Amino acid sequence: MTKTVSITIDNQTVTVPAGVTVWGAARKLGIHIPTLCHHFDVKPYSGCRVCVVEVQGGRALTAACSHPVTDGLVVFTNSPKVREARRLVVELLLANHPHDCLTCDRNQTCELQKLALDLGVKEIRFEKSKPTWEIDDTSPSLVRDPNKCILCGRCVRFCADKQTCAVYTFANRGFSSIVTPAFGKGLGEVHCTLCGQCSSICPVGAITVKDDTAAVIAAIDDPEKIVIVQTAPSVRVALGEMFGDAPGSVVTGKMVAGLKRLGFDRVLDTNFTADVTIMEEATEFTHRLNAGKDIPMITSCSPGWINFMEMFYPDLIHHHSTCKSPQQIFGALVKTYYAQKENLDPSKIVSVSIMPCTAKKYECTRPEMNASGYQDVDYVLTTRELGRLLKSYGVSFNDLAPLPYDPVMGVGTGAGTIFGNTGGVMEAALRTAYEVVTKKTLPAIEFTAIRGMGGLREAEIDLDGSKIKVAIAHGLGNARMVMESIKAGNPRGWHFIEVMACPGGCISGGGQPIATDINYRAKRIAGLYDDDRHLSLRKSHENPEVQQLYTEFLKEPCGHLSHKLLHTTIHNAHADLL
Amino acid sequence: MGSIATSGHAVDLAKLEPVFDKYKDMANGSLIPVLQGAQDAYGFLPIAALQAIAKRLNVPISQIYGVVTFYAQFRLVPRGKHVIRSCQGTACHVRNSARILESLKTVLGVAPGDTTEDLKFTLETVACIGCCSLAPVMMIDTDAHGRLRPDRVPKILDSYSN
Repeated sequence: MTKTVSITIDNQTVTVPAGVTVWGAARKLGIHIPTLCHHFDVKPYSGCRVCVVEVQGGRALTAACSHPVTDGLVVFTNSPKVREARRLVVELLLANHPHDCLTCDRNQTCELQKLALDLGVKEIRFEKSKPTWEIDDTSPSLVRDPNKCILCGRCVRFCADKQTCAVYTFANRGFSSIVTPAFGKGLGEVHCTLCGQCSSICPVGAITVKDDTAAVIAAIDDPEKIVIVQTAPSVRVALGEMFGDAPGSVVTGKMVAGLKRLGFDRVLDTNFTADVTIMEEATEFTHRLNAGKDIPMITSCSPGWINFMEMFYPDLIHHHSTCKSPQQIFGALVKTYYAQKENLDPSKIVSVSIMPCTAKKYECTRPEMNASGYQDVDYVLTTRELGRLLKSYGVSFNDLAPLPYDPVMGVGTGAGTIFGNTGGVMEAALRTAYEVVTKKTLPAIEFTAIRGMGGLREAEIDLDGSKIKVAIAHGLGNARMVMESIKAGNPRGWHFIEVMACPGGCISGGGQPIATDINYRAKRIAGLYDDDRHLSLRKSHENPEVQQLYTEFLKEPCGHLSHKLLHTTIHNAHADLL
Repeated sequence: MGSIATSGHAVDLAKLEPVFDKYKDMANGSLIPVLQGAQDAYGFLPIAALQAIAKRLNVPISQIYGVVTFYAQFRLVPRGKHVIRSCQGTACHVRNSARILESLKTVLGVAPGDTTEDLKFTLETVACIGCCSLAPVMMIDTDAHGRLRPDRVPKILDSYSN
């Protein structure tokens, strides 16, 4: 039995398990203690002092985010002393913070801005004392502005503890303190996988996503160009949050309508190529399994994960599926198959993707991603960029009448949809692999054994007599455990492994809307499973447009043309990084 | 901080082995003593040595950089064979130590905190070295040079030229 303690916060008594913090206990009572450095995804740090509370009998104010409850503790979260201290902390932070909120990427999603408003900070009595730093735009996906950094260390902790990449550190001391990669290098010069989680967890605008909207607008405004857009699975369960919807609301139809309003010539679905990925990957897996070669096979849809693998485990690259990600398969097909079918000049096609992911911005620029003879995907916009674009075009998103995707590459199955969450690619692959291998219909389509939020999940799947051991990892810390296990000779006997770089999968990618709800991951995942459940087609191989693609163009999965267009070689493209 | 020496000349990583060996039984917390040992071996902390330390101690390189820049005792840039400390204390100040420093900067072609390209001299300033009666004064390594005049600086430096 868990030990409980009883504590009194603001004259209300509550019983909580021993070990929780004052901050956590207050939440139970509906008391919101403001925080900046504290975040539910990382360990407490007690750096910012915004969450200070008064503990009866205590010498000084204490940080609620890390102070453990003890029996009989009496806490005041809103005494005059506390209010004054909090306001002072925020005032001091603002003194060193640029006052360019109106033009900041995080205007209205900035936690410092909100805090200043909530606490009623009306004047700043102090002068700026920090040095001015150069903006770091060396990364293909992210921009660091250390001048906006409030040294909360959320990115430092997330990158080190959750992603085990430890790109960031606190360097120097006093006013010269800065959060930076080692040796003051740019993000583009170090082993950063570009997962972008730091940009989501940053409370202010110190780490933001590179903005490619201007280039996309220019393409749309160019009458010569045919601008074709694809939308990733997980965008549809998150975009609505930027317009006031609850996390997990499925807004597919409105999103398609919104993209048409922006002037995209064709709106197509990445779910279609997720289904193609499954056709290829399931076939590749059965080939490898029969040949007993390069097992376990690991999925390759997540470019942050690909970067991680190439950077940290280059010797194990052959375990990767050679399949490109759905985004890149889409890009290769849109300028070949689609262009032929629709009688379009591929040189005039501008291929844009809407992604939850910051690493996708890099993936599309990799030199080998030009199988069509052109850059397969020209621009990647994140969900956040799309939301902003819709707002700037005056699109009243909530009032839009839903529209369907355009044909030929616009049909996606439920299997494609669940690519957006941890376990989804595996489940989609198993739905197809089972039926292709056994030639029987699946008795139960939902593989509930592999669902959930466990960081590293395992299951044994019976493919009509042959047992397949699968593993699913999300978050790069869990991915590292998988790789260490493979390095040690794969003692768990895995055959097929799904890895996604971001915790929860693409639904919480670095380019998704800034989360305001502690359960946003579970809610977005529930949204995708819900979407899957309501689709009439739920298995990739039953997608009629995919069947048409193979009959008319590719002929067979993993065939000659597939290898040319849909598969790639993964190699260490990052050897010169620090 | 001056620019960080990235490669320049090859770093002999074998010099780290005795350092690792000395602290091999420390389960945790050996980073700072190892860094001190490495600095003793190289005179500063070359990046290649820090990368080797990161690998051996299984500590992220970013974290090592954080430690190295936090403590004033660690240096990421090589120091010269001779360290010049130009005194800027009160007594030296009124005796025009500013002109001595100017002369040092001109002759050496470096700013305080930096090292000459031939790695002969590192120029530093110091608040007081306790020889106020000799003001204006500077120290080169362990020698005090007092009652300085700017025009004497080149000759003094010459005497350390090898």
